[in-house]
Amino acid sequence: MSDSPVDADEVQHVADLARVDLDDADADEFAAQFADILDYFAALDEVPEVDSDPELVNVMRADEVEEGLSQDEALQNAPETEDGFFKGPSVS
Amino acid sequence: MSSDHTDAGDDAHNAFITEATIEGDDDGPLAGRTIAIKDNMSTDGVRTTCGSAMLDEYVPPYNATVVDRVLEAGATMVGKANMDEFAMGGTTETSAFGATENPAAPDRVPGGSSGGSAAAVAAGAADLALGSDTGGSVRNPASFCGVVGIKPTYGLVSRYGIVAYANSLEQVGPLANTVEDAALLLDVISGPDPNDATTNDGGADSGYAAAADGDVEGLTVGVITDLIEGADDDVVETFQASLDDLEAQGAEITEVSLDSLEHAVQAYYVIAMSEASSNLARFDGVRYGPDTDAEGNWNEQFAAVREAGFGPEVKRRILLGTYALSAGYHDKYYKKAQDARAWVKQDFDDAFEDVDVLASPTMPVVPPKLGESLDDPLQLYLMDANTVPVNLANLPAISVPAGDVDGLPVGCQLIGPKFSEETIIRAASAVED
Repeated sequence: MSDSPVDADEVQHVADLARVDLDDADADEFAAQFADILDYFAALDEVPEVDSDPELVNVMRADEVEEGLSQDEALQNAPETEDGFFKGPSVS
Repeated sequence: MSSDHTDAGDDAHNAFITEATIEGDDDGPLAGRTIAIKDNMSTDGVRTTCGSAMLDEYVPPYNATVVDRVLEAGATMVGKANMDEFAMGGTTETSAFGATENPAAPDRVPGGSSGGSAAAVAAGAADLALGSDTGGSVRNPASFCGVVGIKPTYGLVSRYGIVAYANSLEQVGPLANTVEDAALLLDVISGPDPNDATTNDGGADSGYAAAADGDVEGLTVGVITDLIEGADDDVVETFQASLDDLEAQGAEITEVSLDSLEHAVQAYYVIAMSEASSNLARFDGVRYGPDTDAEGNWNEQFAAVREAGFGPEVKRRILLGTYALSAGYHDKYYKKAQDARAWVKQDFDDAFEDVDVLASPTMPVVPPKLGESLDDPLQLYLMDANTVPVNLANLPAISVPAGDVDGLPVGCQLIGPKFSEETIIRAASAVED
């Protein structure tokens, strides 16, 4: 695994970017698994560049006012609410 | 709603996460039929967990479009079916609510990720089921449980109200004991939906059930040799018998090779994980999700909620997707995966110049024993080799029982060009005869 693209520190860095706490044991296990998986993905390097013509069309419509969820319904699954708003952690 | 349909003791295979009854309309094409709904589809007033502790207590305030359609067609929902967490898995063992047992093969996995849906149908707990198929998640469990499953053309069926995993790949699909019943359910759920801009009118005014007439006279079937080579010998033998059967009924069998398929699993996982890492960012514990005692700023609290709410396979895919999209790796993984996806599409288009449908074993192996698969994630990903190319190319495919190996079900997969659902349904109905 000497040329492994990821070690436990790199896994912790990615986990930090993805906002997922990982304990050290998980990071070690993931590092070993990611080495195998990324090694397998590396074969994508053999894929030729392909000219593709995606059949994409814009789907447009005028905005219309429709009935939506009530405020109570929108908040019903939130662990914490206050005065009709979602309540999240402080930003800093 | 009421939840008096069955008590927990009746669900011997753990096919359901939540047993709850929602009565459908009195009349309609599905009147009198019972249906299991995969637990990643929103049901108004009935909890929808997606197989995850993250959504353990989540109760949607609205129905997914497909749920409205089956209820309006007269079906009665009998429960929310077990599944791999966030549909990430091929065995239903990553569910936070315990594994499902395969009713057709005791002590074996039912496949996944729609394993509860397939098991409910196989066990007779529901006449019909809805699953979702991102890389094989309808066809894989249909094959392992010995039932029929259809992955429709991308955009044929609305995804509104489905918990998103990899939007560009996934479709809702029907499972049933017969091709005709699966086709009838597809008739009900297909067609455009103003709430899902990726839907098209390919399924409007469809007559899929009527296509299950078994007439394959003159049909050309191309066997994908690349997908035979990696399959177990016993599985190939059983698959071959269903081809002989088709030939005896007037179909012409030829062989086809698609070079791009060597890279399909790699491309599928890079794309699916990348989309998942973005989609699952919404699970931060604010609008829904577990309440933790975590302290600190929002990043620290979100990271604590996500550690508590997600299981290992979901974390693995979020991290690998984040990695594949990160600066310095995007071109190496994500961009090449998109090239491979375009190549797979071209290969299929070219093949359909010469044949009407393509065929392969749905799964290269028989259902593994419970508890044997999760230690090596890469080996589990490779099990999807025969199903993921269809999702990359946005094509329709059906899995129909082909026979068994020592009592263990084997499925035959039939793939068609875009919007050729009637053709693959017709061919599959000849396989099951």
